Amino acid sequence: MPANFMPTAQEYLRFAPESLLILVGVLLMILEPLSGPDGKRKFAVISFAALAAAIGLAIMAGMDPGPAFSGLLMVDGFATFFRVLVLAIGMFVILISTNYLKIEGHESGEYYALLLFSVVGQCLMAASNDLIMLFIGLECSSIASYVLAGYLRDDKRNNESALKYFLLGSFATAFLLYGVAWTYGTTGTTNLTAIRAFLMDPAHHANMVVVGAATALMFVGFAFKVSAAPFQMWAPDVYQGAPAPVTAFMSIGSKAAAFAMFVRVMMTAFEPVKDRWEPLIWISALATMTIGNCAALRQSNLKRLLAYSSIAHAGYLMVAITAHSEIGTASVMFYLTSYALMSLGAFAIVVYIARKGERFVEIQDLAGLSERQPLVAALFVIFLLSFTGIPLTAGFFGKFYIFKAALDSNLVWLAVLGMLNSAVAAYYYLRLIVVMYMQPPAEGAEELLAPTIGIRVTMLVTAALTIALGIFPSFVLDLAGKSAAFVR
Amino acid sequence: MNLLDILLILPAAGFLLTLFLPKDNPGLIRNFVFGVSVVTFVFSLLLIGPVMASPERLALEGNSSWIEYPAIRYHVALDGLSLWLVILSTFLTPIVTLVSWKYIQNRVKEFYAFLLALLLGVLGVFIAQDLFLFFVFWEISLVPMYFLVGIWGHDKRIYAALKFFLYTMAGSALMLVAIIYLYNKSGTFDIPLLLDMMAKGRLVLTGAEANWLFLAFFLAFAIKVPLFPLHTWLPDAHGEAPTAGSVMLASVLLKLGTYGLVRVCLPLFPGAARDNANWIIVLAIAGIIYGALVAMVQPNMKRLVAYSSVSHLGFVVLGIFTFTQVGLDGAVYQMLNHGISTGALFILVGMLYERRHSLEISDFGGVATAAPWLSTMFVITTLASVGLPLLNNFVGEFLILQAAIQVNFYYAAFAAIGVILSAVYMLWMVQRVFYGVTPETVKHHMPDLTSREWAIIVPLIALMVWMGIGTQSFLPPISANSAQLLQAMKQPAPPSAVQAAKESVHAR
Repeated sequence: MPANFMPTAQEYLRFAPESLLILVGVLLMILEPLSGPDGKRKFAVISFAALAAAIGLAIMAGMDPGPAFSGLLMVDGFATFFRVLVLAIGMFVILISTNYLKIEGHESGEYYALLLFSVVGQCLMAASNDLIMLFIGLECSSIASYVLAGYLRDDKRNNESALKYFLLGSFATAFLLYGVAWTYGTTGTTNLTAIRAFLMDPAHHANMVVVGAATALMFVGFAFKVSAAPFQMWAPDVYQGAPAPVTAFMSIGSKAAAFAMFVRVMMTAFEPVKDRWEPLIWISALATMTIGNCAALRQSNLKRLLAYSSIAHAGYLMVAITAHSEIGTASVMFYLTSYALMSLGAFAIVVYIARKGERFVEIQDLAGLSERQPLVAALFVIFLLSFTGIPLTAGFFGKFYIFKAALDSNLVWLAVLGMLNSAVAAYYYLRLIVVMYMQPPAEGAEELLAPTIGIRVTMLVTAALTIALGIFPSFVLDLAGKSAAFVR
Repeated sequence: MNLLDILLILPAAGFLLTLFLPKDNPGLIRNFVFGVSVVTFVFSLLLIGPVMASPERLALEGNSSWIEYPAIRYHVALDGLSLWLVILSTFLTPIVTLVSWKYIQNRVKEFYAFLLALLLGVLGVFIAQDLFLFFVFWEISLVPMYFLVGIWGHDKRIYAALKFFLYTMAGSALMLVAIIYLYNKSGTFDIPLLLDMMAKGRLVLTGAEANWLFLAFFLAFAIKVPLFPLHTWLPDAHGEAPTAGSVMLASVLLKLGTYGLVRVCLPLFPGAARDNANWIIVLAIAGIIYGALVAMVQPNMKRLVAYSSVSHLGFVVLGIFTFTQVGLDGAVYQMLNHGISTGALFILVGMLYERRHSLEISDFGGVATAAPWLSTMFVITTLASVGLPLLNNFVGEFLILQAAIQVNFYYAAFAAIGVILSAVYMLWMVQRVFYGVTPETVKHHMPDLTSREWAIIVPLIALMVWMGIGTQSFLPPISANSAQLLQAMKQPAPPSAVQAAKESVHAR
């Protein structure tokens, strides 16, 4: 049968968001040398508009779900949800980046182009239905972010961060690739749906040791990307060293996309062997939360604290994956949305506090913030309460749905230990509130200018959404619930 | 719109409006918040009528969907148990705004905004009939109190605020797990519905399940009460909080714990409650005696009153776990009494602090000669607190001891030691502070009560007397409610229904 390899228009539409961003990214790199030193602002505007347009395209593509390019991509509700999420995260990151880059004197088209390429990779990770495609998306996203992490190339910390991220990241990706190879060797396919069908079919007598090993190897790669124990070591150093907006991007956007692929692979391809990986992820989830929370207790650097806190949140998310149910998947999606909102807000504030050269990123630099900038302090409190999981914030419902999913799957102990973990976490989030509200400003502290427009918009919008999701979670949850059904 | 909706909207709207008031006009803020809290109090009096009509049933129900899935409902109602606790909260809020009038001088706006947020939280807990809603308000009440202690407290305020928050948070984490577990078993968070399902045998918990769930809820409530040995956050939080914070903490927030025991633990897990009653009572009595002994040696007045709370709340827990009509009546009544008399004690100690800027007993002496009226009011409050007949605490303690005797004579005997000890530590403090030689430092810094302070203390004293003599104005709705609760606890699930439920489980 002569196969028709020409993709249809429909398939192009399903790939449209990525195509647009790649074109704009290349365009930015061409424009870069052509524009003078004063014309750099337009790059931010262009890439912001491109991401907004890509959201539109992603939604359009999502209206007509289906596979594309011989099943390499699967544009379903799940993919659309995560595409829109990572694209929106990209937009917020641009908002908090512009002024930062200007202050640091490194405003250029290159930054935005790399950001767009990384977002493309993340979109692919969310939409791929094939291990090879997944790998390409992951690499596309990672390589761009390796460069971004070392973007201020004269800064020692940036260099350290980029190098660590690159070396450890490539190492972990190799494990993932090895797992892909083993999977292919056993099942003869890299298509997730086909792998599932193969494993479901008792006639194939799949060698469970090999399948288990393949799953474990892929788990190593995923665990690295989502910074789950015992592969979380890189995260604090990399997050602390990278430029603050890039840290926001890596710890929110990359994490969301990594969870998207994690969930899809586990729930689609390896769901039939769930009994094998459930204990593995159970232990890893518990270790991740506990390590993240306990280490965060002792931090004095704000970025490092947020890094450990993001490890802990990865642990909560893994609890939902352990539940391996539809409601578990939906709760991952809801949690990542709320996590993205509160983290973006928190990082906007970190960028604002840090100022030139990131001189003010210690917790003590927040002292007396409630008197110096009352609105910023109040918004930070909202984000911190949401991290803690206090009702009427998005973070509370996020935790609630995750632990409900865990209890639905009879993971009572994991739920209990997870909830106790979140009580431990309350300590270090509250400590920031203590510094902001209960300590006077340091003697001779530099005056804090009012936040710039990009920071202000990010803080206000994310705070408003954090509270809105805390009161009316149904909107996102219904969407997540419907989309979660696609992943199986 | 339901009356209870308005009851929640008043402080909520007040809170939001306060945030928009100009920061540099503290007078306006004080007057505004005082106005809002008085209106809320007057409004809450309207609730008495409908509840009194049928105190054993839920009155003024409002029930609408909040979140479709999982089915979380905004279900509020009031019955004889929650009625007076709601009014206690709304009554004390205007009083603490007056108390803070002069004392709070920095960040006035935030302070008063947090007071209204706190009121919103506690009112919500008292009227919620949905476990999820209950939990939401439970956590909300935590945040403003954390700020009240942490920003406006004394020297060790930050430590105290963190400890308070983390203790409560740890307890409530397990409570949330229990709530979700219960939901997964039954498909609802609604307390009356859960009770109905249990009575009809459509929701059957195994003994172990009921026991674990009971313990999860109990731990959260016991930390809040606080029950010995989980009380260690309380002296710090009370001792370090500003006067308004101590009053709201002692009078209202601790009641959330005992209220939760009666509202959730007893009706939902009657069997487990009975099984665990003995050790709980022993802990309660240990708390009564321990609290009293430690109070006796406190050099700091606020900490002394704080430890006396541990002792008094031990009585309440003792009363609840006797599972008798008098015991429950006395326990609920004692919650109110403690709210009034300990609240008044904290206010009076706060007045002394504003004059002398010290809480150490040794810095005082002979205050009675310098400020006779202040001293008189203090002595009356002290007598109420130690349980003098004709004043409020006597009624509650008497009922609880009577119930304890019915259950086990030794319980009553040991608990009664606490009554005696309370007289010792309170009167000893009064003696050292108010009588004896007046040092120079006290003589010149001890003006008598101002008109604002009169306005604060008179309603409290009046209530102490009224609740001591006119018990019948308050007790009937409480009794009706506890009678109904005990009736429901006695009723075993119909055996046929249990059988049917088991079969249906097997069939599944």
